[in-house]
Amino acid sequence: MMRLYKTAVAGAALVTSLAVAPAAQAMTKIERVVSPGGIEAWLVREPSVPLIAMDFSFKGGANQDPTDKPGVAYMTASTLDEGGGDLDSAAFQDRLERNAIELSFRASRDEVRGSLKVLTEKQKEGFDLVRMALTAPRFDQEPVERVRAQMMAALKRETTDPTQISSRLWWRTAFPGHPYSQPTNGTLQSVPTIVRDDLKSYAGKVLARDNLKIGVVGDIDAKQLGLVLDQVFGGLPAKADLRPLPPAKLQSVGKTLDVELNVPQTVVSFGGVGVPRKDPDFIPAYIVNHILGGGSFSSRLYKEVREKRGLAYSVYSYLLPLDATALFMGGTQTRGDKAAESVSLIEQEIKQMAENGPTQEELDSAKSYLRGSYALNFDTSTKIAAQLVQLQLDDLGIDYWERRNGLIEAVTLADVKRVAKRFLENGVLVTMVGRLPANGAKQGGG
Amino acid sequence: MIEITRRLLPAALVASTALFTLLPITDAARAAGPDISHFKLDNGMEVVVIPDRRTPVVTHMVWYKVGAADEVPGKSGLAHFLEHLMFKGTAKNPAGQFSKTLATIGGQENAFTSSDYTGYFQRVTKDRLKMVMEFEADRMTGLQLTDDAVKPELNVVLEEQNSRVANNPAAKLGEDVAAALYVNHPYGRPVIGWRHEIEKLDRKDAIDFYNKWYTPNNAVLVVAGDVDADEVKKLANETYGKVAPRAEIGPRIRPQEPEPRSVRTVMFADPRVAQPSLQRSYLVPSAHTAKPGESEALEVLSQILGSGSNSRLYSKLVMEKPLATSVSAYYLGTALDDTRFAISGTPRADVSLKQLEDGIDSVIAELADKGVTNDELERAKVKLVADVVYAQDSQATMARWYGAALTTGLTVEDLKTWPDRVQKVTADQVRDAAKAWLDKRRSVTGYLVKDLPKPEERRS
Repeated sequence: MMRLYKTAVAGAALVTSLAVAPAAQAMTKIERVVSPGGIEAWLVREPSVPLIAMDFSFKGGANQDPTDKPGVAYMTASTLDEGGGDLDSAAFQDRLERNAIELSFRASRDEVRGSLKVLTEKQKEGFDLVRMALTAPRFDQEPVERVRAQMMAALKRETTDPTQISSRLWWRTAFPGHPYSQPTNGTLQSVPTIVRDDLKSYAGKVLARDNLKIGVVGDIDAKQLGLVLDQVFGGLPAKADLRPLPPAKLQSVGKTLDVELNVPQTVVSFGGVGVPRKDPDFIPAYIVNHILGGGSFSSRLYKEVREKRGLAYSVYSYLLPLDATALFMGGTQTRGDKAAESVSLIEQEIKQMAENGPTQEELDSAKSYLRGSYALNFDTSTKIAAQLVQLQLDDLGIDYWERRNGLIEAVTLADVKRVAKRFLENGVLVTMVGRLPANGAKQGGG
Repeated sequence: MIEITRRLLPAALVASTALFTLLPITDAARAAGPDISHFKLDNGMEVVVIPDRRTPVVTHMVWYKVGAADEVPGKSGLAHFLEHLMFKGTAKNPAGQFSKTLATIGGQENAFTSSDYTGYFQRVTKDRLKMVMEFEADRMTGLQLTDDAVKPELNVVLEEQNSRVANNPAAKLGEDVAAALYVNHPYGRPVIGWRHEIEKLDRKDAIDFYNKWYTPNNAVLVVAGDVDADEVKKLANETYGKVAPRAEIGPRIRPQEPEPRSVRTVMFADPRVAQPSLQRSYLVPSAHTAKPGESEALEVLSQILGSGSNSRLYSKLVMEKPLATSVSAYYLGTALDDTRFAISGTPRADVSLKQLEDGIDSVIAELADKGVTNDELERAKVKLVADVVYAQDSQATMARWYGAALTTGLTVEDLKTWPDRVQKVTADQVRDAAKAWLDKRRSVTGYLVKDLPKPEERRS
C-alpha cells in the first residue's frame, strides 16, 4: 500500500542518521546476533513493552532505478506489502490487520527500508508476512495498477506544489546526469512506462543478504532471533546485483534559480557541499550546522530570519550525507515581496559562519545541547530499531553510542572554525518558487 | 482536531502535528502497562503522571483548557497567537531565556493549539524536570509583552498561515468545509484564524486572553517518563503549587449546533489544482457529547468504513471498482462539543468527483442498510485495541492522549475503560451509528477543482 511518505523521505533518512546519540549506555545494550545461516542483526532486548520492533535496510534505493525509469524502487517498495507467497493483496492486508501487525516499506535515494511492529504474542505471524513480502512478492496486476494510479495522482499534485517544484529543480540542477538528479517517486513520464518485470527485476537485484542491515528491539533473545533471521531473510539471494554508483559532484553552487508560480508565499530551497558521515570532520560539521540552522529555537537562521524580522515561520538547515555525496541543505518559506531579502540574509549568515565560525559560547552551548538531548532518541522501541540499522549503514561500530558524547566533547573552537570554512565557504545553490521579485535572477523553467 | 504548532518541525516529525483521534489505554495493556496517577494541587491544577522507566527522560506538558473555540467573534487566531507569544519572556526570565536554557541542556520544546486546548511541552533528561517546571510555572501568569516582541511575531504567524493555508488549495477547501458545517459553533473557525482578523490582533488582545484563561485552575500538568507520582507531586507543589489562581473559570459553554437539515456542497476552484479531490464532513457526537456507546461505535465504524486497505471504502472504491486512487475516513472523537466524521478521496484519472461521491454514498448506504459482518467487527477491534498497546511504547504519545482527553471533557477513567468499551461494541451499534450519523443532511461535501463548471454543465 502506498503511503504518503514522499516529502518526508529525505528528511527521515537524515533524522535517523543524525539522531546520533550519547548517554544511552544506561538502557541500551546492543547484542550482535548472527543466525545459524550467517545473517546478522543488532538487537536491543527490551522485555517491558509487549511488542517487537524490527527495521531493515537494503542498500541501493532509487539510485538503482533504470536510467530511463525513475520511480521503480519507489513503486517496488510501495507494492511489497500488496501480496506475497500464496496471499494476494487483499488476503495479505487482511492478515496484517487481523493480527494488528504494522508493516511498511519505503524507498529513498540510497536504500529500501522496511519497518515491522508486532505484538510479542503475534510475532510468528508478523515475521512470516515479512518473509513472504521479501522472498515471494507477487506484484499482481491489480495492486501494481493501483499503486501506479496513486503515484500518478501524487505526481500531478506536485506539479503545482511550490515545495516540490523547488526541490525537484534543486536536485535536477545540482546533479545533472547522475541518478540523484531524478526524483525518487518518478515522473509523470516515467511512471506509466514501469512494468511488472521492472519491479520483479528490481526486487531480484536489490533485496539480498549481503546488502542487508537489521535492527531489532523487543522481548526476544539472541537464540530465538537467530532462528527468526534465517526463516525471514534466509530465502533471499546471497548477493545483491547493484550497479556501481558514481560519485555525485554538486554543480551550479552559487547560482539562484527562480520559477514563477502564483502563490502568496515563496518557497526557497538551498544546498551546498556537506561532509561525509565517516569523515572525521562530520561531528564538527554537525555542530556547525546545529548552530547555524539546526534543531532548536536558538539557531542563527531562526533568530535572524524568524525572530528578529518575522520573515518566515520556518527556516532550517541540515546535513544530508548520502552514498555518492554529502550535502548541507536547508529551506524557508517566506513572503513573496521579502523573498529576496530572506535569501540574502541566509546567504549572509552562511558566509559569516564560513569566515568567522561559531563563537566559543555558541560551541559550548551546542555541545551541551547535543550531549543532553542524546537520551531523547532512545525512548521508543521503533526509534531504537531505526538507529540500530543506521549505525550499521554508517559503519560507526557497535560501541558508537558509548563513544559519541566523547566525540562531541573533543571538538574545539579551532575545529569548528576550520570545518565551517571547509563546507560553507563555497556557498549554496538556491532554488525559489513563487511570485517573482524583480531581481533579475535566472529563470529555471518549470 | 486540527492542531497547529509553534514551529514547523523537520520533515519526519511533521506528521505527528496533524490529526489524532482518541485511542487510550487498554485493559490488556493495563495489566502490564503503566500505573497512571491523577490528582489535583490545592490551587486547582490537575496532574497526571504516566511512569515509563525504560529511559532516563521525561515528557513534561502543560495543557490549558482553552482553544480557538473560546475566542470571541472577531478575534479568530488569538489562542494560537498567544501560544506564540508565550515564548516572549517574563519579569524573571526575559525573552529567549527559557528556550536558551533548553538549547543548552539539550531539551526539546514546542507548543500547539487546537479548538479546545493549548499545550506547551519539553522533553528533557529526568534531572532537568524541576527546572522546566519552574520555567513553565513562571510563564503561567508572569508573561510580559512589548510591542517590539509582538509585532514581528504577528508576521511569523501570518507566514504560518501562508504555509499552512494560503499556499495550499486543499487546506483552503478544508477551512470552507468546516465553516459550512458549523453554522453556529465556533469550530467553524480555523484554529489559525481568518487572515483579516489575524492581521488586527495586538498585544492587548493577547494579554487580555492570557489573563482570562491562563491560571492553574484551568491547567493540566502531564508528566510521562522516568518518574513516579510522589516525586512529581512534590515537584509540582514546589513549582506550580505556588501559582495563585487568578481567574474564575466557569463551565465551557459555546453556542451549539442546531439539528442539521440541508445537504451542503461547497466547491473551491484554483488554477493550481492539478489533481481534483473530495472531502466530506458529517456533524457527529464527540467522545464527550455522545451517549454511552455511541462514540465507541463511531470509532469502530471509522475503522471498518475507511481505515486502511481492508476498509469498505478502500476495498470497494479503490480495489474493486476502481473509482479512486485513495479514499479514507476518520472520526475526530477528541472534542469538547459535537465533532466531525470525515471522509476524503481522490478520483482516478478518468473519474469525476460526482462519480466518486456517488460511489462513496453507495458504500455508506449499503453499510447503513445491511450492517457489518462479525469478521469485520473483530478485525477492527483487534486493531483499535492494539493501537493502545503500541502507544505505550512512546511516553510522548501517552502524554498527548491524556492531555487531550482531560482538556476535552473526558476523565482518566474514561481513557482506562476505553478498550473495554470498544470491545463491547456490537455489529448492530455500528450499523445504527452509520444510519443515524452518516446521513447526508448532516454533511458538507467539498469539491476541489481547477475550474468551476460552466453554466450549462451546472444545470444538468
